[in-house]
Order: sequence, then structure tokens, then C-alpha cells
Amino acid sequence: MAFLNRGFKGRPRDPAQARRLPPGQHQVRDFPVLSAGPTPDSSLSEWTFTIGGGIDDIRRWTWEEFRALPSETITRDIHCVTTWSKLDTRWEGVSVDTLLDGVDSAAGYAMAFCDGGYTTNVPVADLTGGRAWIAFGFDGQPLEPEHGGPARLLIPHLYFWKSAKWIRGLRLMNEDSPGFWERNGYHMYGDPWTEQRYSGD
Amino acid sequence: MDRAALQRRLSWLFGEVVEVIDETARVRTLVMEVSGWPGHMAGQHVDVRLTAADGYQAQRSYSISSAPDDPRLALTIERLDDGEVSAYLVDELRVGDRLELRGPIGGYFVWDVSAGGPLLLVAGGSGICPLMAILRHRSAVGSAVPTRLIYSSRSLDEVIYRAELDRIAAAGNGLTVLHTLTRSQPSGWSGYGRRIDTKMLADAAWTPADAPLTYVCGPTALVETVADSLVNLGHDASRIKTERFGPTGG
Repeated sequence: MAFLNRGFKGRPRDPAQARRLPPGQHQVRDFPVLSAGPTPDSSLSEWTFTIGGGIDDIRRWTWEEFRALPSETITRDIHCVTTWSKLDTRWEGVSVDTLLDGVDSAAGYAMAFCDGGYTTNVPVADLTGGRAWIAFGFDGQPLEPEHGGPARLLIPHLYFWKSAKWIRGLRLMNEDSPGFWERNGYHMYGDPWTEQRYSGD
Repeated sequence: MDRAALQRRLSWLFGEVVEVIDETARVRTLVMEVSGWPGHMAGQHVDVRLTAADGYQAQRSYSISSAPDDPRLALTIERLDDGEVSAYLVDELRVGDRLELRGPIGGYFVWDVSAGGPLLLVAGGSGICPLMAILRHRSAVGSAVPTRLIYSSRSLDEVIYRAELDRIAAAGNGLTVLHTLTRSQPSGWSGYGRRIDTKMLADAAWTPADAPLTYVCGPTALVETVADSLVNLGHDASRIKTERFGPTGG
């Protein structure tokens, strides 16, 4: 007999929405903010996005150049390791495929780096194939600083700490290496559907 | 904490509630004995899992409010409006009940005496919980690290751990506790009576030259204001650690 909490019923569940929630997650309608330190102050005139790491031609875009790239609207469910999920979030962003197009690298991993010093590691396979974006808009508006503006990584199929706020670039790596939360007890990969929340999960 | 300890899978453990402390009308502390508890650092949290008779499970994260030095584990929980888990923990759970939890979690928003100071702690509402673990650890080990706590509550009745804060501040070992009451102040109130702002931090916090190690925990709006103000006052952003409690969390 599994353990039960006497008298606990939980909220009424909508089966259609419940199927979209990974194990241990619950649905929210607001948009919680979680970050480890102060929100950085990014000036768009100094903002650049850089792809480097073992490649001969480092790629760099200014804000104007970045915004001139083809972008798309993305509607996805997002899942935070602190157990909230938000369904049907609507973003605008540039596909990472577009940014990596023509980059000559066999690197299997990338470290996202950000204003404020935050980093997170992601396999290149998870950044490509139409599964990751550099998002600059949310719900039809410019992305607010507290949610990662001017631009954040968006990888909705992984726990949301991988969708690094205030992103400034990707450093390609031949071997996996832990980023900020990954050094602080969180999982290297972070698949919500198998509850890869913490190291060892 | 060493990497090997972090790599071990955190398994679900049982906590048995041995004491329940009503802190305020909406806030309660659950004191538990947790068999197999591996120990924690001040500032870390646990995941709590509730299971209903039909197998439905709900999971939430809660900061640990007890010191690492305390053999019993304390979680202080605020009942949120429409809070699925918090309402159960605050209203239903009784002494003798068991609770599934796993942890400790989080290696960043943590402090122990080796991290030094001076310490600046800024809390809003139930954001005091992980900071209380820091203060309790500081007291338990007899540390005199110069420490200032700026604690924002809506009213005097909503101040969590008020008596204990008065007591440890009176011990005269370098801790100053400053309260601000944002909605109502009793007559003769000598503390602050407004939301935390830049001027309050300029008056009450350490100066940038003191290079305090800063921990801010509370609702998003408070954390954003405090962290931005401290950076604008010239504090080093890399020494400001934040943790945010939104209305969400259930």
C-alpha cells in the first residue's frame, strides 16, 4: 500500500490539462520569477550575441543584426523545476538553428552564458532541430527584464532553468560541463517528463 | 558541499510531525523528525509531496527554517489563497502525521560561518524562513559575524518569529533587527512604516565599502526593488543572492 496523506484531496483536476503536466508539476496562470541574483541592466546598444568555442569564425550579432534575422512565434508549455508549469506560453524568437547555420563544429554540447554571470549547459542536439530559440518577445510584448529581457534562451522541452535569462551567447564544447545550477545540485540534462530535477535523478 | 554528496540521488524520506507552532494567523511551523536526514546548510530547501487516495500527487518546495545544528527539521509554511498544498499543511496536518519529503536542495542560497560577513539579510513576509535558518545557525555556533536583518511585514501581527528575533537581537552579539510594517503600525511604533526602498537601504544596510554578503528573500517585487537598489547604491551584484516567493507555489 502506497503512502497516503490522510484527508488530502488536491484541487479538482482537468484530465485534458493533466496530460500536459509532467509528473510532480502543477499548473499556474501567472508567471513566477526566479533568479539567483539581481536583474542585470542591459543596454541594447552594447548588447551582442556571440557563438564561439573551438570554431575559427566566431559569430557575433549586434541587437539590430539579431533582430533582422528571421523570427517566429512559438507557443509551448513550460515547466519549472520548482513544480509550476504554464501552458500555451507565446513567445517570439530566433531559432537557434538559424544562428548555428553554417557554423563548422562537431561539438556535442554548448554552454549558454549570460549577463549577470549565469551559465547553463545543453546538448547541441537539444538546441537544434526546431527545439530552441533566442526569445525576445512574450505575449506580443518585448520580453521584460525580470523574465530575461532583452533576450533569453527558450528550450521548452527541458526544465525552465535551462532557458537562460539575459543570454549573450553560446560557447560550444566537446564535452559536457556543468553550468550554474548544475554545479549547485541540479540535473545535468533536466527532462521534466522523467523528473530529472536534481543531481542523481 | 562536496560533489560526491550532490551526485547521490535524493530519495523520498518520511518526516514525522512532532510539534506544530502557530506563528501567525496564516503561518505555521511544522517541526519534524526525519529518519535518514543527511543534514543541510542554512538556506536550503526541501520538496514536499502529498498523495491523495486516488493516487494524485502534488509537490512543492519549502525552505528549511531550522538550523543545521538542530536535530529536528522545521518548515515554516504560509497558507496561500487557494493554496493546494499549503492549505493542507497549515490547516490539516497534525502532530503524529507523516509527510514525504526529499532534500536538502540548492547549493547557492546558503550560508555557513566559513562564508563570513558582514551579513545583510533582507526578508519580505515568509521570505524570512531561509534567513531564519541562517540566523539560527549563526546563534547555534556562537558566531558574532556582524549581521543586519531588514524585515518587511504587513503588520505587527504578521511578523513571523517576532519573539525569537527580539531575543536573539537582544543577545548583543552583533545582530541588528530592523522591522518595517507596510500596512499598519501600532501606536508608538518606532520602526519603519513603508515598503523597503533605496533610502531605507542607504540608511540601514551596510555601505558598499563594508562589502556585505547579502541574502534577499521575499515576493518578486520586493526582491527586484531591493536587489536593484543595492546595485544602484554601489553594492557588488555578485555578493547579492536572491530567492523569490511569488503568489504561486500553492
